[in-house]
Amino acid sequence: MELSGGEIVIQSLKDEGVEYVFGYPGGCVLHIYDAIFKQKEVKHVLVRHEQGATHAADGYARASGKPGVVLVTSGPGATNAVTGIATAFMDSIPMVVITGQVPKAVIGSDAFQEVDTIGITRPCVKHNFLVKSVGDIAETMRKAFYLATSGRPGPVIVDIPKDITEPSVKVPYEYPSEISMRSYTPPISGDIGQIIEAVKLIQDAKRPVIYSGGGVVLGEGSSQLRELCRTLNFPVTQTLMGLGAFPGTDPQFIGMLGMHGTYEANMAMHQSDLIIAIGARFDDRVTGKVDEFCPHAKIIHIDVDPASIAKIIKVDVAIIGQVKPVLLDMLAQIKHLDVTFDRARIADWWLQIDQWRATDCMAYDMTTGTIKPQYVIEQLYKVTQGNAFVTSDVGQHQMFAAQFYPFDEPRRWINSGGLGTMGFGLPAAMGAKFAHPDADVACVTGEGSIQMCLQELSTMLQYDTPVKVINLNNGYLGMVRQWQEFNYDKRYSHSYLEALPDFKKLAEAYGHVGMTISKKEDVEPALREAFAMKGRTVFLDFLTDTKENVYPMIASGKAHNDMMMGPRSKYNGNKS
Amino acid sequence: MSRQHIISMLLENESGALSRVAGLFSARAYNIESLTVAATIDPSLSRLTVVTVGSDMVIEQIKKQLNKLIDVVKLIDLSESFSLERELVLLKVRKNETIEQKITELDGDSMARIADQTDEFLIVEVSGEKAWLDDFLLSLGEDIIEVVRSGVIGLSRGERTLTL
Repeated sequence: MELSGGEIVIQSLKDEGVEYVFGYPGGCVLHIYDAIFKQKEVKHVLVRHEQGATHAADGYARASGKPGVVLVTSGPGATNAVTGIATAFMDSIPMVVITGQVPKAVIGSDAFQEVDTIGITRPCVKHNFLVKSVGDIAETMRKAFYLATSGRPGPVIVDIPKDITEPSVKVPYEYPSEISMRSYTPPISGDIGQIIEAVKLIQDAKRPVIYSGGGVVLGEGSSQLRELCRTLNFPVTQTLMGLGAFPGTDPQFIGMLGMHGTYEANMAMHQSDLIIAIGARFDDRVTGKVDEFCPHAKIIHIDVDPASIAKIIKVDVAIIGQVKPVLLDMLAQIKHLDVTFDRARIADWWLQIDQWRATDCMAYDMTTGTIKPQYVIEQLYKVTQGNAFVTSDVGQHQMFAAQFYPFDEPRRWINSGGLGTMGFGLPAAMGAKFAHPDADVACVTGEGSIQMCLQELSTMLQYDTPVKVINLNNGYLGMVRQWQEFNYDKRYSHSYLEALPDFKKLAEAYGHVGMTISKKEDVEPALREAFAMKGRTVFLDFLTDTKENVYPMIASGKAHNDMMMGPRSKYNGNKS
Repeated sequence: MSRQHIISMLLENESGALSRVAGLFSARAYNIESLTVAATIDPSLSRLTVVTVGSDMVIEQIKKQLNKLIDVVKLIDLSESFSLERELVLLKVRKNETIEQKITELDGDSMARIADQTDEFLIVEVSGEKAWLDDFLLSLGEDIIEVVRSGVIGLSRGERTLTL
């Protein structure tokens, strides 16, 4: 089979089993777009801004487990995509981004729409390629998908100069079935000696905590994690990225940890004598003050990326490998032991945790007439019966969603944890809907974030991807306002959004349904009405309490046992 | 405690590979004391040697991050075992007897030679270990008009190698 460069790009996508490409055409990718036009298998989604393309592909990848694919043109097409690429990079999301480049002959001449895409994206991709000849396209595409999806996943860019996609130049096409790279051998199983060492620590632990992260979701290790947790009967905490790998409604789950984690999770970390970190990377929002992180604990760290080990925190046993095979080997070793890991074995520890739990640390004032953002999320949970795919933007609403919508399955919770990208939620929700057309998809957002990628409402109409937008509108950049209240003596510098649009009308202008909800008693009925409209995108603008804060909170640079508790918690002031 | 390490690596000889290494150091705020790179006898590979300073934890992290770069095929920390280290210095000085005397003395150990001379100026070629060269240059003081250093290269002594 002889194909042109443009055709090879698309044929490679077919051979990778790609269903959707999120993209935006422009001069340098027109040959590729012509190849898209001439076939049916690979479906193209025309976004309204390249940032939307990367976030949508990202949301698709997170919801489906398959790599997200993006196609944009050179210059501004590529630079607009960068925020979404960096977002995917920080959260280790598999993604292949094809960028057009000016013809080889004019590279370096400041040609129209030329930018050094390889240079600009180098620090925020797993790898990037500039393809130099038409004969190299297929192999490069194969390498890109292999790199993006193996080891610690991440975005990979394939930058393709226009001249090598020229329709008149055809070369024989064969898609490589296997690829090996001498400089890249991602780990699979963990070292059995290390696993045995870990099991010894597990056997001796009196105050253990399982600290599970996004790697368990990405590594499809959820069922092995569940088996491990149920076998050991240890308390489980999860990071923002890990929510859903272990069921959020399970009594063994002690809540999210870190800056806005629960009192019981953070106190358990602080008092623990053994931390089992699985697919987590000791992010600063998790550790708080590094010098006082888990001062009494030995630490076991399981991670596919050797560079995550001992980057922030020194560990006692490091196991480098994919979560799933490592946990399977660990379970096998545990079964060899003549030990029954029932709850009674660490009864004192559970008693202590239950006492911390009794502080009811996320309690909020339910008596006021205003709509509390937490209440909206609770009602969202109720109305969707906990089964929705929930994306979020970044800020208070993100934390409220993480705290008040317990996820029982992995991949249901989709947010920009690492980069913290406002504008992520709406296009990511669209991507999730492409991955799961029959599921309920909600985008929890705020009036600040939603305006950063609002244009994708138009794409969502065109491709009929109905999503419910839960806008927690408090008229403030809430998280900024909260920090200014605590740290800047209530000097609310530029955190108040004056002149907000009428979101209801805005949604209607985009062809969707808009609702404004200003009374507490209307929250649940509005949600029910919205989710009953299966085929429509509904924008629910909830006018919420303007001064609500996210609690508990570990202030930046403080330790886990130094939490600010909400006024409604039953916290008695003892750090214990 | 911070210590100097010489990390040597085989890189895919592809455009942009060097910038990935250099970019990693600047992005993660690691030190570069010197960096030198050239193709090996296998034209598909370059050998890059970087001298850096950091605590054990930082050096460990530098090596892991370098290994994570797709273009880095293999690396070795020369400071972990006995190794031979060399740097080449070219320096321009105004001709004078003291300097010529110094060079001649050194020349006995074949560490230095006068590579070029005109009526007024000398170019001196000196090679040796970095620390020794630092001292040597310091001893010449203000006589030096111009100096250029190649950056450190090195090999492990004995059986230890960095090959594919």
